[in-house]
Amino acid sequence: MAKRIDVKDLDIYYGDFLAVKGVNMVIEPRAVTALIGPSGCGKSTFLRTLNRMHEVIPGARVSGEVRVDDQDLYAPGVDPVGVRRRVGMVFQRPNPFPTMSIYDNVVAGVKLNSTRMKKSEMDDLVEGSLKGANLWKEVKDRLDKPGSGLSGGQQQRLCIARTIAVKPDVVLMDEPCSALDPISTLAIEDLINELKSDYTIVIVTHNMQQAARVSDMTGFFNLKATGEPGHLVEYDDTQKIFSNPGQKATEDYISGRFG
Amino acid sequence: MSTTSADRPTTRETPRYGDRVFAGLATGAGVLILVVLAGVAGFLLWQALPALTAAPEDVRGGEGLFSYIYPLAFGTILTALIALVIATPLSVGIALFITHYAPRRIALALGYVVDLLAAVPSIIYGLWGVYVVAPASVPVATWLSQWLGFLPFFGPDPSASGRTTLVVGVVLAIMILPVMTAVNREVFLQTPTLHEEASLALGATRWEMIRMAVIPFGRSGVISGAMLGLGRALGETMAVAIILSVAAGVHLDIIGTANSGTIAADIALQFPESSGLDVNTLVASGLVLFFITLLVNMAARWIIARRAEFSGAN
Repeated sequence: MAKRIDVKDLDIYYGDFLAVKGVNMVIEPRAVTALIGPSGCGKSTFLRTLNRMHEVIPGARVSGEVRVDDQDLYAPGVDPVGVRRRVGMVFQRPNPFPTMSIYDNVVAGVKLNSTRMKKSEMDDLVEGSLKGANLWKEVKDRLDKPGSGLSGGQQQRLCIARTIAVKPDVVLMDEPCSALDPISTLAIEDLINELKSDYTIVIVTHNMQQAARVSDMTGFFNLKATGEPGHLVEYDDTQKIFSNPGQKATEDYISGRFG
Repeated sequence: MSTTSADRPTTRETPRYGDRVFAGLATGAGVLILVVLAGVAGFLLWQALPALTAAPEDVRGGEGLFSYIYPLAFGTILTALIALVIATPLSVGIALFITHYAPRRIALALGYVVDLLAAVPSIIYGLWGVYVVAPASVPVATWLSQWLGFLPFFGPDPSASGRTTLVVGVVLAIMILPVMTAVNREVFLQTPTLHEEASLALGATRWEMIRMAVIPFGRSGVISGAMLGLGRALGETMAVAIILSVAAGVHLDIIGTANSGTIAADIALQFPESSGLDVNTLVASGLVLFFITLLVNMAARWIIARRAEFSGAN
Protein backbone atom coordinates (compact mmCIF):
# COMPACT_ATOMS: atom_id res chain seq x y z
CA MET A 1 0.00 0.00 0.00
CA ALA A 2 0.98 3.59 -0.61
CA LYS A 3 3.91 3.58 -2.97
CA ARG A 4 6.16 6.26 -4.36
CA ILE A 5 5.79 7.14 -8.03
CA ASP A 6 8.86 8.21 -9.92
CA VAL A 7 8.26 9.81 -13.31
CA LYS A 8 11.28 10.29 -15.59
CA ASP A 9 11.36 12.14 -18.92
CA LEU A 10 7.82 11.20 -19.78
CA ASP A 11 6.58 12.22 -23.24
CA ILE A 12 3.01 11.41 -24.15
CA TYR A 13 1.87 11.07 -27.74
CA TYR A 14 -1.47 10.69 -29.47
CA GLY A 15 -0.36 9.18 -32.75
CA ASP A 16 2.27 11.63 -33.97
CA PHE A 17 1.03 14.49 -31.85
CA LEU A 18 3.17 15.20 -28.79
CA ALA A 19 0.60 16.05 -26.11
CA VAL A 20 2.76 16.29 -23.01
CA LYS A 21 6.51 16.75 -22.99
CA GLY A 22 9.30 15.93 -20.58
CA VAL A 23 7.59 15.38 -17.26
CA ASN A 24 9.88 14.64 -14.31
CA MET A 25 8.36 14.32 -10.88
CA VAL A 26 8.44 12.25 -7.74
CA ILE A 27 5.05 11.64 -6.19
CA GLU A 28 5.31 10.95 -2.49
CA PRO A 29 3.48 8.11 -0.77
CA ARG A 30 0.85 8.82 1.91
CA ALA A 31 0.35 12.30 0.56
CA VAL A 32 -2.00 14.08 -1.78
CA THR A 33 -0.51 15.47 -4.94
CA ALA A 34 -2.64 17.92 -6.88
CA LEU A 35 -2.21 18.66 -10.57
CA ILE A 36 -3.53 22.03 -11.69
CA GLY A 37 -3.41 23.98 -14.92
CA PRO A 38 -5.57 25.40 -17.68
CA SER A 39 -7.78 23.20 -19.88
CA GLY A 40 -5.89 21.22 -22.47
CA CYS A 41 -2.56 21.45 -20.69
CA GLY A 42 -2.32 17.67 -20.41
CA LYS A 43 -2.78 17.18 -16.68
CA SER A 44 -5.56 14.63 -17.15
CA THR A 45 -3.61 12.96 -19.92
CA PHE A 46 -0.60 12.75 -17.62
CA LEU A 47 -2.76 11.35 -14.82
CA ARG A 48 -4.06 8.63 -17.11
CA THR A 49 -0.55 7.53 -18.01
CA LEU A 50 0.00 6.68 -14.35
CA ASN A 51 -2.27 3.65 -14.73
CA ARG A 52 -2.02 3.28 -18.50
CA MET A 53 -5.65 4.30 -18.99
CA HIS A 54 -4.60 6.57 -21.85
CA GLU A 55 -4.07 3.42 -23.90
CA VAL A 56 -7.85 3.13 -24.20
CA ILE A 57 -7.52 5.75 -26.95
CA PRO A 58 -6.07 4.15 -30.09
CA GLY A 59 -2.66 5.53 -30.99
CA ALA A 60 -1.82 6.83 -27.52
CA ARG A 61 1.68 5.96 -26.36
CA VAL A 62 4.44 7.25 -24.12
CA SER A 63 8.20 7.31 -23.93
CA GLY A 64 10.05 7.59 -20.65
CA GLU A 65 9.58 5.87 -17.34
CA VAL A 66 6.93 5.70 -14.69
CA ARG A 67 8.23 3.74 -11.71
CA VAL A 68 5.96 2.62 -8.94
CA ASP A 69 8.23 1.33 -6.18
CA ASP A 70 11.03 0.87 -8.68
CA GLN A 71 9.02 -1.13 -11.13
CA ASP A 72 8.61 0.57 -14.50
CA LEU A 73 4.95 0.47 -15.57
CA TYR A 74 6.08 0.66 -19.19
CA ALA A 75 8.73 -2.03 -19.10
CA PRO A 76 8.21 -4.67 -21.77
CA GLY A 77 6.05 -7.51 -20.53
CA VAL A 78 4.12 -5.40 -18.03
CA ASP A 79 0.39 -6.03 -18.45
CA PRO A 80 -1.69 -2.82 -18.34
CA VAL A 81 -4.46 -4.83 -16.71
CA GLY A 82 -2.12 -5.63 -13.82
CA VAL A 83 -1.05 -1.99 -13.60
CA ARG A 84 -4.65 -0.86 -13.24
CA ARG A 85 -5.24 -3.32 -10.45
CA ARG A 86 -2.45 -1.63 -8.50
CA VAL A 87 -3.24 1.94 -9.51
CA GLY A 88 -6.94 2.69 -9.10
CA MET A 89 -8.82 5.57 -10.66
CA VAL A 90 -11.82 7.74 -9.83
CA PHE A 91 -13.33 9.66 -12.71
CA GLN A 92 -14.75 13.10 -13.30
CA ARG A 93 -18.32 11.93 -13.44
CA PRO A 94 -19.49 9.29 -10.98
CA ASN A 95 -19.73 6.04 -12.89
CA PRO A 96 -21.10 3.20 -10.79
CA PHE A 97 -22.18 0.24 -12.91
CA PRO A 98 -25.86 0.96 -13.49
CA THR A 99 -26.80 -2.69 -13.79
CA MET A 100 -25.25 -3.65 -10.47
CA SER A 101 -26.43 -3.20 -6.90
CA ILE A 102 -24.43 -1.09 -4.45
CA TYR A 103 -22.97 -4.27 -3.01
CA ASP A 104 -21.96 -5.66 -6.39
CA ASN A 105 -20.45 -2.33 -7.38
CA VAL A 106 -18.11 -2.42 -4.41
CA VAL A 107 -16.95 -5.97 -5.08
CA ALA A 108 -16.82 -5.60 -8.87
CA GLY A 109 -13.07 -5.12 -8.93
CA VAL A 110 -12.39 -7.81 -6.38
CA LYS A 111 -14.37 -10.36 -8.34
CA LEU A 112 -12.11 -9.71 -11.32
CA ASN A 113 -9.16 -10.99 -9.33
CA SER A 114 -10.85 -14.36 -9.55
CA THR A 115 -9.74 -15.38 -6.08
CA ARG A 116 -12.68 -17.15 -4.49
CA MET A 117 -13.95 -15.32 -1.46
CA LYS A 118 -16.28 -16.46 1.26
CA LYS A 119 -19.55 -14.59 1.57
CA SER A 120 -18.62 -13.38 5.03
CA GLU A 121 -15.24 -12.07 3.82
CA MET A 122 -17.02 -10.34 0.97
CA ASP A 123 -19.50 -8.76 3.41
CA ASP A 124 -16.65 -7.52 5.56
CA LEU A 125 -14.87 -6.09 2.53
CA VAL A 126 -18.00 -4.25 1.41
CA GLU A 127 -18.56 -2.84 4.88
CA GLY A 128 -14.91 -1.87 5.24
CA SER A 129 -14.72 -0.22 1.83
CA LEU A 130 -17.97 1.67 2.26
CA LYS A 131 -16.89 2.83 5.71
CA GLY A 132 -13.57 3.85 4.18
CA ALA A 133 -15.51 5.94 1.69
CA ASN A 134 -17.78 7.44 4.38
CA LEU A 135 -20.80 5.93 2.73
CA TRP A 136 -21.65 2.98 4.96
CA LYS A 137 -24.18 4.73 7.18
CA GLU A 138 -26.11 6.08 4.24
CA VAL A 139 -26.43 2.85 2.27
CA LYS A 140 -26.15 -0.03 4.73
CA ASP A 141 -29.89 -0.73 4.56
CA ARG A 142 -30.09 -0.76 0.79
CA LEU A 143 -27.01 -2.58 -0.41
CA ASP A 144 -29.11 -4.56 -2.87
CA LYS A 145 -30.48 -1.43 -4.56
CA PRO A 146 -28.91 -0.12 -7.77
CA GLY A 147 -25.98 2.23 -7.33
CA SER A 148 -27.45 4.60 -9.89
CA GLY A 149 -30.24 5.46 -7.44
CA LEU A 150 -27.83 7.34 -5.18
CA SER A 151 -27.15 11.07 -5.34
CA GLY A 152 -24.17 12.28 -7.36
CA GLY A 153 -21.98 12.72 -4.30
CA GLN A 154 -22.93 9.32 -2.93
CA GLN A 155 -22.25 7.74 -6.33
CA GLN A 156 -18.80 9.29 -6.36
CA ARG A 157 -18.09 7.94 -2.88
CA LEU A 158 -19.37 4.56 -4.07
CA CYS A 159 -16.82 4.75 -6.89
CA ILE A 160 -14.13 5.53 -4.35
CA ALA A 161 -15.26 2.57 -2.25
CA ARG A 162 -15.08 0.39 -5.35
CA THR A 163 -11.57 1.64 -6.05
CA ILE A 164 -10.20 1.10 -2.54
CA ALA A 165 -11.90 -2.31 -2.27
CA VAL A 166 -9.17 -3.77 -4.48
CA LYS A 167 -6.51 -2.33 -2.14
CA PRO A 168 -4.49 -0.43 -4.74
CA ASP A 169 -1.12 1.20 -4.08
CA VAL A 170 -2.19 4.47 -5.63
CA VAL A 171 -5.53 6.21 -6.15
CA LEU A 172 -5.80 8.60 -9.08
CA MET A 173 -8.65 11.11 -9.14
CA ASP A 174 -9.55 12.99 -12.29
CA GLU A 175 -11.49 16.07 -11.21
CA PRO A 176 -13.57 13.96 -8.82
CA CYS A 177 -15.72 16.85 -7.61
CA SER A 178 -16.35 18.81 -10.78
CA ALA A 179 -19.81 17.27 -11.24
CA LEU A 180 -20.80 17.63 -7.59
CA ASP A 181 -22.48 20.26 -5.45
CA PRO A 182 -20.46 22.06 -2.72
CA ILE A 183 -21.64 19.85 0.13
CA SER A 184 -20.81 16.64 -1.69
CA THR A 185 -17.50 18.20 -2.67
CA LEU A 186 -16.73 18.84 0.97
CA ALA A 187 -17.55 15.23 1.81
CA ILE A 188 -15.15 14.01 -0.88
CA GLU A 189 -12.42 16.38 0.26
CA ASP A 190 -12.74 15.15 3.85
CA LEU A 191 -12.54 11.64 2.50
CA ILE A 192 -9.38 12.41 0.52
CA ASN A 193 -7.82 13.69 3.71
CA GLU A 194 -8.60 10.43 5.49
CA LEU A 195 -7.49 8.25 2.60
CA LYS A 196 -4.05 9.76 2.38
CA SER A 197 -2.92 7.92 5.48
CA ASP A 198 -3.19 4.69 3.51
CA TYR A 199 -2.75 5.59 -0.13
CA THR A 200 -0.73 7.65 -2.51
CA ILE A 201 -3.28 10.03 -3.99
CA VAL A 202 -2.95 12.07 -7.16
CA ILE A 203 -5.79 14.43 -7.94
CA VAL A 204 -6.40 16.57 -11.00
CA THR A 205 -8.51 19.60 -10.24
CA HIS A 206 -9.64 22.80 -11.91
CA ASN A 207 -10.46 24.27 -8.57
CA MET A 208 -7.40 25.96 -7.09
CA GLN A 209 -8.97 26.38 -3.67
CA GLN A 210 -9.51 22.66 -3.68
CA ALA A 211 -5.89 22.00 -4.56
CA ALA A 212 -4.83 24.33 -1.75
CA ARG A 213 -7.22 22.64 0.71
CA VAL A 214 -6.52 18.98 0.07
CA SER A 215 -3.01 18.61 -1.30
CA ASP A 216 0.47 18.42 0.16
CA MET A 217 2.27 18.83 -3.14
CA THR A 218 1.09 20.68 -6.24
CA GLY A 219 2.20 20.41 -9.84
CA PHE A 220 1.33 23.17 -12.29
CA PHE A 221 0.95 22.18 -15.93
CA ASN A 222 0.82 24.68 -18.74
CA LEU A 223 1.23 24.93 -22.48
CA LYS A 224 2.96 27.70 -24.37
CA ALA A 225 0.29 27.94 -27.06
CA THR A 226 -2.48 25.80 -28.51
CA GLY A 227 -0.95 23.00 -30.54
CA GLU A 228 2.17 23.05 -28.39
CA PRO A 229 2.75 20.18 -25.97
CA GLY A 230 1.84 20.66 -22.34
CA HIS A 231 4.59 20.51 -19.77
CA LEU A 232 5.12 20.57 -16.04
CA VAL A 233 6.02 24.16 -15.15
CA GLU A 234 6.51 23.84 -11.46
CA TYR A 235 6.20 21.16 -8.82
CA ASP A 236 6.60 21.95 -5.16
CA ASP A 237 4.96 22.04 -1.73
CA THR A 238 1.40 23.24 -2.05
CA GLN A 239 2.08 25.93 0.51
CA LYS A 240 4.96 27.29 -1.54
CA ILE A 241 3.11 27.10 -4.87
CA PHE A 242 0.24 29.12 -3.51
CA SER A 243 2.21 31.64 -1.46
CA ASN A 244 5.50 32.08 -3.24
CA PRO A 245 5.63 30.33 -6.61
CA GLY A 246 8.97 30.12 -8.34
CA GLN A 247 7.63 30.78 -11.85
CA LYS A 248 5.86 33.79 -13.26
CA ALA A 249 3.38 31.58 -15.17
CA THR A 250 2.37 29.80 -11.97
CA GLU A 251 1.81 33.07 -10.20
CA ASP A 252 -0.30 34.39 -13.08
CA TYR A 253 -2.37 31.25 -13.08
CA ILE A 254 -3.06 30.98 -9.36
CA SER A 255 -3.79 34.66 -9.04
CA GLY A 256 -6.42 34.26 -11.74
CA ARG A 257 -4.73 36.23 -14.46
CA PHE A 258 -5.42 33.49 -17.00
CA GLY A 259 -6.82 29.99 -17.30
CA MET B 1 -52.73 34.51 -23.38
CA SER B 2 -55.74 36.85 -23.47
CA THR B 3 -54.71 38.71 -20.31
CA THR B 4 -51.15 39.29 -21.37
CA SER B 5 -51.99 40.25 -24.92
CA ALA B 6 -53.52 43.52 -23.66
CA ASP B 7 -50.25 44.49 -22.00
CA ARG B 8 -48.10 43.24 -24.78
CA PRO B 9 -49.44 44.34 -28.12
CA THR B 10 -46.64 42.55 -29.95
CA THR B 11 -48.05 39.16 -28.96
CA ARG B 12 -49.56 37.50 -32.00
CA GLU B 13 -53.28 36.87 -31.67
CA THR B 14 -53.57 35.03 -34.95
CA PRO B 15 -53.53 31.24 -34.66
CA ARG B 16 -50.38 29.63 -35.92
CA TYR B 17 -51.61 27.57 -38.82
CA GLY B 18 -48.36 25.71 -39.40
CA ASP B 19 -48.38 24.57 -35.83
CA ARG B 20 -51.98 23.40 -36.03
CA VAL B 21 -51.52 21.59 -39.31
CA PHE B 22 -48.49 19.79 -38.00
CA ALA B 23 -50.20 18.84 -34.74
CA GLY B 24 -53.13 17.55 -36.76
CA LEU B 25 -50.91 15.51 -39.06
CA ALA B 26 -48.96 14.01 -36.19
CA THR B 27 -52.12 13.13 -34.29
CA GLY B 28 -53.63 11.71 -37.46
CA ALA B 29 -50.60 9.52 -38.05
CA GLY B 30 -50.77 8.28 -34.47
CA VAL B 31 -54.46 7.48 -34.73
CA LEU B 32 -54.00 5.84 -38.13
CA ILE B 33 -51.65 3.19 -36.80
CA LEU B 34 -54.19 2.26 -34.13
CA VAL B 35 -56.97 2.11 -36.72
CA VAL B 36 -54.87 -0.12 -38.99
CA LEU B 37 -54.01 -2.46 -36.15
CA ALA B 38 -57.63 -2.65 -35.03
CA GLY B 39 -58.64 -3.12 -38.67
CA VAL B 40 -56.29 -6.06 -39.11
CA ALA B 41 -57.44 -7.68 -35.90
CA GLY B 42 -61.06 -7.03 -36.84
CA PHE B 43 -60.60 -8.50 -40.32
CA LEU B 44 -58.94 -11.61 -38.94
CA LEU B 45 -61.69 -12.13 -36.37
CA TRP B 46 -64.45 -11.51 -38.89
CA GLN B 47 -63.03 -13.84 -41.50
CA ALA B 48 -62.07 -16.48 -38.96
CA LEU B 49 -65.48 -16.52 -37.32
CA PRO B 50 -67.09 -19.13 -39.62
CA ALA B 51 -64.20 -21.50 -38.95
CA LEU B 52 -64.41 -20.85 -35.23
CA THR B 53 -68.08 -21.75 -35.14
CA ALA B 54 -68.02 -24.57 -37.70
CA ALA B 55 -68.61 -28.20 -36.76
CA PRO B 56 -65.28 -29.99 -36.18
CA GLU B 57 -65.82 -32.50 -39.00
CA ASP B 58 -66.28 -29.72 -41.59
CA VAL B 59 -62.89 -28.16 -40.90
CA ARG B 60 -59.97 -29.26 -43.06
CA GLY B 61 -58.48 -32.40 -41.55
CA GLY B 62 -61.87 -33.37 -40.13
CA GLU B 63 -60.89 -33.11 -36.49
CA GLY B 64 -61.74 -29.55 -35.70
CA LEU B 65 -60.01 -26.20 -35.84
CA PHE B 66 -57.76 -26.75 -32.84
CA SER B 67 -56.32 -30.00 -34.19
CA TYR B 68 -55.59 -28.27 -37.47
CA ILE B 69 -53.87 -25.21 -36.11
CA TYR B 70 -52.09 -26.65 -33.08
CA PRO B 71 -49.36 -28.59 -35.01
CA LEU B 72 -48.80 -25.58 -37.27
CA ALA B 73 -48.42 -23.26 -34.31
CA PHE B 74 -46.01 -25.77 -32.81
CA GLY B 75 -43.95 -25.89 -36.02
CA THR B 76 -43.95 -22.12 -36.26
CA ILE B 77 -42.64 -21.68 -32.75
CA LEU B 78 -40.15 -24.55 -33.01
CA THR B 79 -38.49 -23.27 -36.20
CA ALA B 80 -38.42 -19.72 -34.86
CA LEU B 81 -36.88 -20.87 -31.59
CA ILE B 82 -34.19 -22.86 -33.39
CA ALA B 83 -33.43 -19.77 -35.43
CA LEU B 84 -33.25 -17.65 -32.30
CA VAL B 85 -31.01 -20.09 -30.44
CA ILE B 86 -28.56 -20.02 -33.34
CA ALA B 87 -28.80 -16.33 -34.23
CA THR B 88 -28.69 -14.72 -30.78
CA PRO B 89 -25.17 -15.73 -29.72
CA LEU B 90 -23.95 -15.31 -33.28
CA SER B 91 -25.32 -11.79 -33.62
CA VAL B 92 -24.01 -10.78 -30.20
CA GLY B 93 -20.61 -12.14 -31.19
CA ILE B 94 -20.57 -10.34 -34.54
CA ALA B 95 -21.74 -7.11 -32.95
CA LEU B 96 -19.08 -7.32 -30.23
CA PHE B 97 -16.42 -8.05 -32.81
CA ILE B 98 -17.49 -5.07 -34.89
CA THR B 99 -17.76 -2.67 -31.96
CA HIS B 100 -14.92 -3.75 -29.68
CA TYR B 101 -12.40 -5.99 -31.39
CA ALA B 102 -12.09 -5.36 -35.10
CA PRO B 103 -9.88 -2.63 -36.50
CA ARG B 104 -12.02 0.21 -37.78
CA ARG B 105 -11.69 -0.65 -41.48
CA ILE B 106 -12.61 -4.30 -41.07
CA ALA B 107 -15.44 -3.33 -38.74
CA LEU B 108 -16.92 -1.00 -41.36
CA ALA B 109 -16.65 -3.58 -44.14
CA LEU B 110 -18.16 -6.30 -42.00
CA GLY B 111 -20.99 -4.00 -40.99
CA TYR B 112 -21.83 -3.42 -44.65
CA VAL B 113 -21.76 -7.12 -45.43
CA VAL B 114 -24.12 -7.90 -42.58
CA ASP B 115 -26.48 -5.15 -43.72
CA LEU B 116 -26.34 -6.58 -47.23
CA LEU B 117 -27.56 -9.91 -45.91
CA ALA B 118 -30.74 -8.11 -44.90
CA ALA B 119 -31.35 -7.04 -48.48
CA VAL B 120 -31.38 -10.58 -49.91
CA PRO B 121 -35.00 -11.59 -50.74
CA SER B 122 -36.37 -14.47 -48.72
CA ILE B 123 -37.06 -16.58 -51.82
CA ILE B 124 -33.32 -16.60 -52.49
CA TYR B 125 -32.68 -17.85 -48.98
CA GLY B 126 -35.28 -20.53 -49.64
CA LEU B 127 -33.55 -21.74 -52.80
CA TRP B 128 -30.18 -21.60 -51.10
CA GLY B 129 -31.65 -23.62 -48.26
CA VAL B 130 -32.96 -26.32 -50.56
CA TYR B 131 -29.92 -26.64 -52.79
CA VAL B 132 -27.05 -25.93 -50.41
CA VAL B 133 -27.96 -26.12 -46.75
CA ALA B 134 -30.27 -29.13 -47.02
CA PRO B 135 -27.76 -31.50 -48.68
CA ALA B 136 -24.99 -30.20 -46.46
CA SER B 137 -27.08 -30.90 -43.38
CA VAL B 138 -27.45 -34.62 -44.07
CA PRO B 139 -24.12 -35.77 -42.62
CA VAL B 140 -24.59 -33.41 -39.65
CA ALA B 141 -28.06 -34.84 -39.06
CA THR B 142 -26.69 -38.38 -39.25
CA TRP B 143 -24.06 -37.50 -36.69
CA LEU B 144 -26.63 -35.85 -34.41
CA SER B 145 -28.91 -38.85 -34.68
CA GLN B 146 -26.06 -41.20 -33.85
CA TRP B 147 -24.56 -39.39 -30.88
CA LEU B 148 -27.36 -37.23 -29.53
CA GLY B 149 -30.17 -39.60 -30.43
CA PHE B 150 -31.27 -39.81 -26.80
CA LEU B 151 -32.68 -36.28 -27.13
CA PRO B 152 -36.22 -36.17 -28.50
CA PHE B 153 -35.14 -33.63 -31.14
CA PHE B 154 -32.85 -36.03 -32.96
CA GLY B 155 -34.76 -39.10 -34.15
CA PRO B 156 -33.34 -42.38 -35.42
CA ASP B 157 -34.10 -41.79 -39.12
CA PRO B 158 -32.58 -38.55 -40.39
CA SER B 159 -34.05 -37.24 -43.61
CA ALA B 160 -32.03 -38.11 -46.72
CA SER B 161 -33.12 -34.93 -48.51
CA GLY B 162 -32.29 -32.66 -45.59
CA ARG B 163 -35.53 -30.71 -45.94
CA THR B 164 -36.02 -30.65 -42.22
CA THR B 165 -37.08 -28.37 -39.39
CA LEU B 166 -33.43 -28.00 -38.45
CA VAL B 167 -32.47 -26.70 -41.89
CA VAL B 168 -35.39 -24.27 -41.83
CA GLY B 169 -34.21 -23.08 -38.42
CA VAL B 170 -30.68 -22.55 -39.74
CA VAL B 171 -31.87 -20.64 -42.80
CA LEU B 172 -34.21 -18.53 -40.66
CA ALA B 173 -31.31 -17.82 -38.31
CA ILE B 174 -29.29 -16.42 -41.18
CA MET B 175 -32.26 -14.37 -42.34
CA ILE B 176 -32.77 -12.76 -38.95
CA LEU B 177 -29.08 -12.32 -38.29
CA PRO B 178 -28.72 -8.90 -40.00
CA VAL B 179 -31.49 -7.16 -38.09
CA MET B 180 -30.36 -8.62 -34.78
CA THR B 181 -26.74 -7.76 -35.45
CA ALA B 182 -27.68 -4.22 -36.44
CA VAL B 183 -29.64 -3.69 -33.22
CA ASN B 184 -26.91 -5.24 -31.07
CA ARG B 185 -24.22 -3.21 -32.76
CA GLU B 186 -26.11 0.01 -32.09
CA VAL B 187 -26.69 -0.72 -28.40
CA PHE B 188 -23.11 -1.90 -27.84
CA LEU B 189 -21.81 1.27 -29.48
CA GLN B 190 -23.90 3.31 -27.07
CA THR B 191 -22.26 1.84 -23.99
CA PRO B 192 -21.13 4.93 -22.11
CA THR B 193 -17.34 5.34 -22.20
CA LEU B 194 -17.66 6.09 -18.49
CA HIS B 195 -18.74 2.55 -17.71
CA GLU B 196 -16.16 0.97 -19.97
CA GLU B 197 -13.41 3.02 -18.34
CA ALA B 198 -14.78 2.24 -14.89
CA SER B 199 -14.24 -1.45 -15.42
CA LEU B 200 -10.90 -1.03 -17.20
CA ALA B 201 -9.64 1.13 -14.34
CA LEU B 202 -10.50 -1.67 -11.93
CA GLY B 203 -8.18 -3.92 -13.86
CA ALA B 204 -10.63 -5.62 -16.16
CA THR B 205 -9.42 -7.29 -19.35
CA ARG B 206 -11.25 -6.45 -22.53
CA TRP B 207 -13.52 -9.46 -22.18
CA GLU B 208 -14.19 -8.68 -18.52
CA MET B 209 -14.97 -5.10 -19.48
CA ILE B 210 -17.46 -6.37 -22.06
CA ARG B 211 -19.05 -8.62 -19.47
CA MET B 212 -19.19 -5.92 -16.80
CA ALA B 213 -20.15 -2.89 -18.81
CA VAL B 214 -21.15 -3.59 -22.40
CA ILE B 215 -23.41 -6.61 -22.13
CA PRO B 216 -25.35 -5.50 -19.03
CA PHE B 217 -25.89 -2.11 -20.62
CA GLY B 218 -27.00 -3.67 -23.91
CA ARG B 219 -29.12 -6.46 -22.45
CA SER B 220 -32.49 -4.87 -23.08
CA GLY B 221 -31.37 -3.93 -26.57
CA VAL B 222 -30.27 -7.50 -27.25
CA ILE B 223 -33.67 -8.74 -26.09
CA SER B 224 -35.45 -6.23 -28.33
CA GLY B 225 -33.27 -7.31 -31.24
CA ALA B 226 -34.01 -10.95 -30.55
CA MET B 227 -37.73 -10.20 -30.48
CA LEU B 228 -37.52 -8.36 -33.79
CA GLY B 229 -35.74 -11.39 -35.20
CA LEU B 230 -38.25 -13.75 -33.64
CA GLY B 231 -41.07 -11.75 -35.17
CA ARG B 232 -39.55 -12.13 -38.60
CA ALA B 233 -38.79 -15.82 -38.09
CA LEU B 234 -42.37 -16.49 -36.95
CA GLY B 235 -43.84 -14.82 -40.00
CA GLU B 236 -41.36 -16.04 -42.62
CA THR B 237 -43.26 -17.69 -45.45
CA MET B 238 -41.40 -18.35 -48.68
CA ALA B 239 -38.19 -19.88 -47.38
CA VAL B 240 -40.10 -22.26 -45.14
CA ALA B 241 -42.61 -23.16 -47.84
CA ILE B 242 -39.82 -24.09 -50.24
CA ILE B 243 -37.61 -26.01 -47.87
CA LEU B 244 -39.77 -27.87 -45.43
CA SER B 245 -41.17 -31.29 -46.23
CA VAL B 246 -44.32 -31.23 -44.17
CA ALA B 247 -46.31 -34.01 -42.55
CA ALA B 248 -49.47 -33.59 -40.52
CA GLY B 249 -49.18 -33.63 -36.76
CA VAL B 250 -46.69 -32.57 -34.13
CA HIS B 251 -43.11 -33.75 -34.68
CA LEU B 252 -40.44 -33.04 -32.10
CA ASP B 253 -37.83 -34.72 -34.29
CA ILE B 254 -36.13 -31.83 -36.13
CA ILE B 255 -33.99 -33.94 -38.47
CA GLY B 256 -36.57 -36.50 -39.64
CA THR B 257 -38.62 -36.77 -42.80
CA ALA B 258 -41.85 -35.76 -41.08
CA ASN B 259 -41.90 -32.12 -39.99
CA SER B 260 -44.64 -29.93 -38.60
CA GLY B 261 -45.53 -27.11 -40.98
CA THR B 262 -45.62 -23.46 -40.01
CA ILE B 263 -48.67 -21.22 -40.07
CA ALA B 264 -47.37 -18.69 -42.60
CA ALA B 265 -46.03 -21.30 -45.01
CA ASP B 266 -49.22 -23.37 -44.67
CA ILE B 267 -51.36 -20.36 -45.58
CA ALA B 268 -49.20 -19.63 -48.61
CA LEU B 269 -49.26 -23.25 -49.79
CA GLN B 270 -52.95 -23.93 -49.19
CA PHE B 271 -54.53 -20.62 -50.07
CA PRO B 272 -54.56 -20.94 -53.89
CA GLU B 273 -56.57 -24.13 -53.74
CA SER B 274 -58.89 -23.20 -50.91
CA SER B 275 -62.43 -21.90 -50.91
CA GLY B 276 -65.28 -21.42 -48.48
CA LEU B 277 -64.67 -22.69 -44.99
CA ASP B 278 -61.10 -23.69 -45.81
CA VAL B 279 -60.23 -20.04 -46.37
CA ASN B 280 -61.78 -19.18 -43.02
CA THR B 281 -59.71 -21.90 -41.42
CA LEU B 282 -56.54 -20.43 -42.88
CA VAL B 283 -57.50 -16.97 -41.65
CA ALA B 284 -58.11 -18.44 -38.21
CA SER B 285 -54.59 -19.85 -38.24
CA GLY B 286 -53.42 -16.37 -39.27
CA LEU B 287 -55.23 -15.01 -36.23
CA VAL B 288 -53.30 -17.43 -34.05
CA LEU B 289 -50.03 -16.23 -35.62
CA PHE B 290 -51.11 -12.66 -34.94
CA PHE B 291 -51.61 -13.47 -31.26
CA ILE B 292 -48.33 -15.38 -31.00
CA THR B 293 -46.38 -12.39 -32.28
CA LEU B 294 -48.37 -10.10 -29.99
CA LEU B 295 -47.55 -12.29 -27.00
CA VAL B 296 -43.88 -12.45 -27.96
CA ASN B 297 -43.71 -8.67 -28.05
CA MET B 298 -45.50 -8.28 -24.75
CA ALA B 299 -43.19 -10.82 -23.14
CA ALA B 300 -40.18 -8.93 -24.46
CA ARG B 301 -41.47 -5.66 -23.05
CA TRP B 302 -42.16 -7.31 -19.74
CA ILE B 303 -38.64 -8.70 -19.57
CA ILE B 304 -37.16 -5.29 -20.35
CA ALA B 305 -39.42 -3.45 -17.90
CA ARG B 306 -38.67 -5.91 -15.10
CA ARG B 307 -35.01 -4.92 -15.26
CA ALA B 308 -35.67 -1.22 -15.90
CA GLU B 309 -34.41 -0.18 -12.45
CA PHE B 310 -31.05 -1.72 -13.20
CA SER B 311 -30.88 -0.66 -16.84
CA GLY B 312 -28.43 1.91 -18.08
CA ALA B 313 -31.23 4.27 -19.01
CA ASN B 314 -30.43 6.77 -16.28
